[in-house]
Amino acid sequence: MINSEVRKKMVIIKDLVKSYGEHRVLNGFNMELYEGETLVIMGKSGSGKSVMIKCLIGLESHDSGTITIMNKNLDKMDADTLNEIRTEVGFLFQGSALYDSMSVRENLEFPLRRHIGKFGELDDATPLVMEALESVGLPQTIELMPEELSGGMKRRIALARTLILKPKIILYDEPTTGLDPITSKEIVLLMKSIQDKYKTSSIVITHDVDCARFIADRMILLIDGINYITGTFAELSKSDDPKVSAFFKT
Amino acid sequence: MYLYVTTSGLNSFFIETGELANFALRFFKEVFKRPFEFKEFLRQCYNMGNRSLLLVGVTGFIIGLVFTLQSRPKMIELGAVAWLPSMVSISIIREIGPIITALICAGRIGSGIGAELGAMRVTEQIDAMDVSGTNPFKFLVVTRILATTLMIPILVIMSDAVALFGSFLIENFKGDVSFTLYFDEVFRALTYSDLIPSTIKTFFFGFAIGLVGCYKGYYCKHGTAGVGLTANAAVVEASMVVFIIDFASVLITDIFYSI
Repeated sequence: MINSEVRKKMVIIKDLVKSYGEHRVLNGFNMELYEGETLVIMGKSGSGKSVMIKCLIGLESHDSGTITIMNKNLDKMDADTLNEIRTEVGFLFQGSALYDSMSVRENLEFPLRRHIGKFGELDDATPLVMEALESVGLPQTIELMPEELSGGMKRRIALARTLILKPKIILYDEPTTGLDPITSKEIVLLMKSIQDKYKTSSIVITHDVDCARFIADRMILLIDGINYITGTFAELSKSDDPKVSAFFKT
Repeated sequence: MYLYVTTSGLNSFFIETGELANFALRFFKEVFKRPFEFKEFLRQCYNMGNRSLLLVGVTGFIIGLVFTLQSRPKMIELGAVAWLPSMVSISIIREIGPIITALICAGRIGSGIGAELGAMRVTEQIDAMDVSGTNPFKFLVVTRILATTLMIPILVIMSDAVALFGSFLIENFKGDVSFTLYFDEVFRALTYSDLIPSTIKTFFFGFAIGLVGCYKGYYCKHGTAGVGLTANAAVVEASMVVFIIDFASVLITDIFYSI
């Protein structure tokens, strides 16, 4: 369990509201992410988990509430500041979102094009690309195209692309969805090893209980658009609340 | 009920036109901003130009052949067969070459852009570019619109040349007209007032095809099913815009030369 009293807050979300037409998806959602912490957010499909992290990175606008990332208010950021913040925040998409027309090398080099200055003078990005690929155990795929990769490999390469800018925060949007149980376990182990190696703060959106059990320092259940309950996996899994216990029944 | 359908259709037409104009405005804002994605622009030029070459060439050649074959009997009947090269060249250079090539490109390139960007949108690849701090509009949209604006005039010029060559082959085969005589007649008939307006309008055709394809793809909705609809809509709307531009260019040219 993370000692939240002394840890630096990396992300603060207060009273976040987001609607699509008449349908209110987030209804005053609150959360805090501490440095080095892995926070798992669970909820039913369509409960607004993915919308919440898309609001967090500025891919979706929110109706009201405040989002603060590393002491900077998202609402008051200009485009350049938002881009700077985005170099510190990695995002692993649910479907991997590898660029189909580019090789693995080009996929990994792509985020460096804009932010190469972060690593000083760099004529050849190959060492950075190889380092990221080795972190996910796939250095041999460097010249392959996405269509030549399996689902699990795609997810790993997407993770490598996320890691290449050495972010301080990583957002995982359902990292194990669509994968078989063995590959899912491999991805979860990989996330854990990355967490240990790079000491990143992570938000993991999932409805995979095994993933949550293994990786979560703290969990939030997102129900009815709010942070319904917060606690460790052990605390939540023992809850008598039927809305909460429903998530942990197998 | 009928009135409601008509007004709601008009509403969506004006909304879409406004959004397309806004999209074009954003293009002009972004096009002069650094970084210039020169490598991607060249890649798009190669993809659009090289891969459309065969289709556009074959179509142009057949148009030249058929147009001459069908016109020849009537021209003989009127005793004006000597004017055939002039008539064919003016028709092809002024109208048939640009419009047919633009329509083929609307189908070949416009739908390709719409489907590619649409697939990137629904598989979150555009979002992934956004979160990596790269401007996807600049990388994907600006480069493609610039490439179509440059490549479609080149394709039209090539198509015109091939169509005239096709026409010459028929004249040579049926009337024993030499290459020199045929093209001497062609170039004697053509004036700058034929060449300049028809070339200028092809840049607008290219811009419109790129703009509509990118707009449709960039804002693609409704998952993978939406990608097909997007590609289809890109072709239909780009073709409509090409016809409107063609009509406007003829009007403007007419006004300009009547002054």
